[in-house]
Amino acid sequence: MTFFTDFGRYLLMLKGMFSRPENMKMYWKEFMHQCNDIGIGSFGIVSIISVFIGAVSAVQTAYQLVSPLIPLETIGTVVRDTVILEFAPTLICIVLAGVVGSKIASELGNMRVSEQIDALEIMGINTKAYLILPKIIAAMITIPMLVIISMVLGIWGGRLAAVASGIVSTDTFDRGLLHGFIPYNVTFALIKAYTFAFIISSIPAYFGYHVKGGALEIGRSSTKSVVVSCIVLLFADYALSQLLLSH
Amino acid sequence: MIEFKNIKKSFGEKVVLNDVSHIMESGKCNLIIGTSGSGKTVLQKCLVGLFEPDSGEIIYDGVNFTDMTEDLRKGLRQQIGMLFQGSALFDSMTVEENVMFPLDMFGNMSSSKKRKRVNEVLDRVNLEGANKKFPAEISGGMKKRVGIARAIVLNPKYLFCDEPNSGLDPQTSMVIDKLIHEITKEFNMTTVINTHDMNSVMEIGENILYMFEGQKEWTGNNEEIIFSKNDKLNEFIFASKFLQDAKDMRMLEAKGIIADDRDMEEMLKKGEEIK
Ligand SMILES: Nc1ncnc2c1ncn2[C@@H]1O[C@H](COP(=O)(O)OP(=O)(O)OP(=O)(O)O)[C@@H](O)[C@H]1O
Ligand SMILES: [Mg+2]
Repeated sequence: MTFFTDFGRYLLMLKGMFSRPENMKMYWKEFMHQCNDIGIGSFGIVSIISVFIGAVSAVQTAYQLVSPLIPLETIGTVVRDTVILEFAPTLICIVLAGVVGSKIASELGNMRVSEQIDALEIMGINTKAYLILPKIIAAMITIPMLVIISMVLGIWGGRLAAVASGIVSTDTFDRGLLHGFIPYNVTFALIKAYTFAFIISSIPAYFGYHVKGGALEIGRSSTKSVVVSCIVLLFADYALSQLLLSH
Repeated sequence: MIEFKNIKKSFGEKVVLNDVSHIMESGKCNLIIGTSGSGKTVLQKCLVGLFEPDSGEIIYDGVNFTDMTEDLRKGLRQQIGMLFQGSALFDSMTVEENVMFPLDMFGNMSSSKKRKRVNEVLDRVNLEGANKKFPAEISGGMKKRVGIARAIVLNPKYLFCDEPNSGLDPQTSMVIDKLIHEITKEFNMTTVINTHDMNSVMEIGENILYMFEGQKEWTGNNEEIIFSKNDKLNEFIFASKFLQDAKDMRMLEAKGIIADDRDMEEMLKKGEEIK
């Protein structure tokens, strides 16, 4: 029952975001601010995670390649495909659900509890449009960029690890990298990235915006928003794969 | 002028406002007084639409607020300034940015004019020099004053203040009362103030609504309040011995028994006799 109430209120919140801005310049400023917070703010952690994921997938693929019939260059191919198809979009977005999601939920929750949202409302500002929409748009612009960066760094990390541990030579790895490349995979990954960006910004925004109570509830709503967005994200991952990858 | 009729509001089982009606007059400081938990904040929030009343009507200068669409309300709210009980400053912004925010959003002044206006209002609330501080770095009373500055920076038509004096020393408190009173007269504002401060009641109470357990118990002005025969009100207002004495003095004075230059001895003696 609460699920339907929540879902209904979530949809109403999304609908309420669209109205004529009271002052475009201020909305733009808020949007830029959010791009900086969400995009630049998560750049460090995304880079580190990507390089290591690529490296680990290269080493583990090599470990599993015991048959002499499979050429070593397969390592390059496997690293490329796992990073592009799954690691860069899904794993990075799950991490971002924690980093960005909890930030959005606690920021809005704090504004709600300390009546800052009411204060904006009283000035005659549509707070859904002013506070939530810029966050969602900023997430949908910066997160796919982070995913692309993550792809590049992931593959680079894999190559580095494979070569450094003496499994393959650079040439062999690169040959594998270029072997049978399907550009559609990147499109698919970006479709996922856009969907996930929307999920991990709008769900925490919902939980943060509707906090009732005090500081304790802010923490609770931020935890809840991360859990819920991760579950929805994984479900969307499965649904999108079914929809777009099955022949 | 804000008129409200038969406002009812409950949270679950608890009835907070029970059939409250009153008129808040323009160009006057309208005070809502009452014990802690009597529903002052809830009433004020109902008036501005932060809470939807369960029933009743609210009319702003002849326009029915209760039936307004969200869009029309947005328009009206741009003429409302409000100070929250907890100040509600934007904590990601400095004091100056907080006060400038309504100007940035709705004003179309040049940035030097905006800065001038901000300094002017900060000056009026006795807060020059705190411009670059963040809300976390200033005291509770200073936050209150920044909140007032932010509420009045656009010269609103309707000003709502939830306990503007709580947390302020008596002197600053007087400055704030005077300021609110002044701008109310100057711009013919409809000012609604929640307070427990007896000084404010006596100084600026031109139209007082006394709330008791969610109901309107008494109305009148600061002259009438002294002579009120309402027991609940008397208990609330003249709670301390000191205030009780002050009241007796005023009554004697009003009856013409005391003139200002009489000496103290005589005054007190006559006071006893009268009693
Ligand atoms: N959001 C809410 N949910 C449930 N009950 C509430 C809510 N807000 C206020 N109340 C209840 O309404 C009653 C009146 O509260 P209100 O804040 O209006 O008091 P007040 O007169 O402003 O008191 P104070 O002078 O201490 O500020 C209280 O009993 C409070 O418990
Ligand atoms: Mg209150």
